[in-house]
Amino acid sequence: MSEHLSALIVVLPLLAAPVCLLLRQPTLVRIWTSLVAWTCLILAWTLLGRVETGGTISYSMGGWDPPLGIEYRLDALNAYLLVIVTAIASVVFPSGTILTGTSLPEGRQHLYFAALLLCLAGLLGISSTGDLFNVFVFVEITSLSSYTLISLGKDRRALTAAFSYLVMGTIGGTFLLLGIGFLYQVTGTLNMQDLAVRLPDLLQSRTVLAGFAFLMVGGSIKLAVFPLHQWLPNAYTHAPSAVSAFIAATATKVSYYLLARVIFTIFGAAFVFDALHLHWLLLPLALMAMFAGSLAAVFQTDLKRLLAYSSIAQIGYMILGLCMASEAGLTGGIVHLFNHALMKGGLFLAVASIVMRTGSSSVAGISGLGRKMPITMAAMVVGGLSLIGVPGTAGFVSKWYLVVGALERGWHFVGILILLSSLIAVVYVWRLVEAAYFGEPEHEVCDVPWNCWLPTWILIGGTLVFGFWTEVTVGGAAAAARAILGVTP
Amino acid sequence: MEALGIWNYWVVVLLMMIGLYAVIARDHLVKKLIGLGMFQVAVIMFYVSMGKVTGGTAPIIPEDVPAEGVLYSNPLPHVLMLTAIVVGVATLAVGLALVVRIREAYGTVEEDELQRMNGAGS
Amino acid sequence: MSVKPPMRMREKVLLRVASQVFIPLILLFGLYVQFHGDFGPGGGFQAGVIFAAGFVLFGLIFGLEALQRVVPLSVVESCVALGLLIYGGVGVSCLLRGGQFLDYGVLDHHSSMHGQHLGILIIELGVGLTVAATMLAIFYAMAGRGRT
Repeated sequence: MSEHLSALIVVLPLLAAPVCLLLRQPTLVRIWTSLVAWTCLILAWTLLGRVETGGTISYSMGGWDPPLGIEYRLDALNAYLLVIVTAIASVVFPSGTILTGTSLPEGRQHLYFAALLLCLAGLLGISSTGDLFNVFVFVEITSLSSYTLISLGKDRRALTAAFSYLVMGTIGGTFLLLGIGFLYQVTGTLNMQDLAVRLPDLLQSRTVLAGFAFLMVGGSIKLAVFPLHQWLPNAYTHAPSAVSAFIAATATKVSYYLLARVIFTIFGAAFVFDALHLHWLLLPLALMAMFAGSLAAVFQTDLKRLLAYSSIAQIGYMILGLCMASEAGLTGGIVHLFNHALMKGGLFLAVASIVMRTGSSSVAGISGLGRKMPITMAAMVVGGLSLIGVPGTAGFVSKWYLVVGALERGWHFVGILILLSSLIAVVYVWRLVEAAYFGEPEHEVCDVPWNCWLPTWILIGGTLVFGFWTEVTVGGAAAAARAILGVTP
Repeated sequence: MEALGIWNYWVVVLLMMIGLYAVIARDHLVKKLIGLGMFQVAVIMFYVSMGKVTGGTAPIIPEDVPAEGVLYSNPLPHVLMLTAIVVGVATLAVGLALVVRIREAYGTVEEDELQRMNGAGS
Repeated sequence: MSVKPPMRMREKVLLRVASQVFIPLILLFGLYVQFHGDFGPGGGFQAGVIFAAGFVLFGLIFGLEALQRVVPLSVVESCVALGLLIYGGVGVSCLLRGGQFLDYGVLDHHSSMHGQHLGILIIELGVGLTVAATMLAIFYAMAGRGRT
């Protein structure tokens, strides 16, 4: 059975979703969803260990060998990503309906969990398949379930946010499909490894260039790279809080993986950066994202929207790591995936607790809450510090590697700009601290019960732990970076 | 005249641009969805026309007749599009469901009115 | 002059009689497409849609309530889940019999050809069930909303 793990990790949540429809009982469904998420985490952890010791795992679906059949292929990067996604899922899913605040009527709550599981299955599918068309299918499974999840927000604006995300997401997905079509037309294969073998002789072809462009733009829409980020703030702001936490922490990470896979595995860094000079396009966009995102976050009056704009800035940092195309830079980008997933997940869950107690997510509304909800607000502050990149938090580790990568490439100005943009992060985090600890309390509330603050603190505690104990995160990220760069240690 | 020979691409490009224009320029949400549908259908047409081999026949190998030297069309793009069509239908269904709920919540499905009701800046 | 309320569809003889003739034929054709998918054009997707079209036609003529008495929403939802589980169940049983996921060849002891046949037949059954139920679920979700 153990050789089937890479298939089971996708199949399990995919089949667990319809079971939710049959179970129906809210408590039962919640326990079931959590169990599935935890099992997936165990599977992902086992797979990561196996990849570390035994190298790449290849699994042919239906017994059809690649490149004809669909191949599931796990290397250090895939396995690392699987662990991130399942870890976030196993923390967020048990928080259940207490923290989510969906608009679903009584008796329909099980649909929310079914959509969550489908979303998880899609994300895990993208991260483990080695077939380009299969990627498209899983991208759409993820997107469709996230449109549904976002539209469940209590505010009616969740509906319009979900609709514009649907339009943007579908255009992005169709671009991906078109790009895949161009590549298939030229090479006659959909398998990523096979494409990587066949493409180098065909790189002069204009069809391949067009295919590459479509794949990049489609992936960038899904990732919300700077000028294509319009859907993100509204979607994160109006979605149910737990959904924001889950999607912010996982969906963009998986899209980032997709871009990295397309650039490094399929086309190869030599073509993308040496022949096309893509970094001269991505680098300014990443820098603009860092500054525009952080600056926009400073002026937000809504906590969730503030975090959403900060996400856009953080995506900028990750793209920065991508453009460096060096081991240090990519390690920085990938480790930032992990750390950002922890801190954004934790911060959104903290906001969920605040919304649960005060009923709103406005920045003004947290006035004085430092004294009323000490546990939640402490988590918020630690998460904020990690966003800034204060030494001792996980955010510092990833920024450190990014600066090292920038200096290695000789991009000194980029190193300085990373530090400068972190200063803007100080401003928006300080606004939260100021309101929470120096304002007068407006609400007579007490802190949330342990089952609400525990998920928050697992993630926030993670940012502290991985701020010091970097062996797992940086080690795994470095292995992942080496794997996609094709460098043997 | 070479460019006219690949007319299937012109059809695809035309359909795609009409769809994209409708998505961008129309205010009515259902019309946007129709545009989105055309946009997807264009890509489906692209794949389907890609699988056609000039002079090729249906890719079914009869059991008794020897299949030497017979030219077949490529069935794979069609099979892929079966999935893409299902994805398109699912997207349309989710989109229409959202439109229904938007109408219930706002009383309108015109985008400019929705934006006004959501307030500036959001 | 008094305005007569518009006639409901079930009161129109022509529609009622015609639909009574056509609905069984549509359902039968759906089943044909489903099970003939092995040998000719067809399969679960098309069959599911055709099969659901029969029910949708019934709903259009005789009203949503009548249709929901025939197939209640809970049944439809369960069928969506059941179809998917049949699909996955085949895959998992391939695993248990020592093959890869969805490797139908191992489903039959004697010949992998038979196994392939059996596998695709059950898979398509699952697909057909899910597609038909999903179509009905979409119809319920959209038709159930009044024009307010």
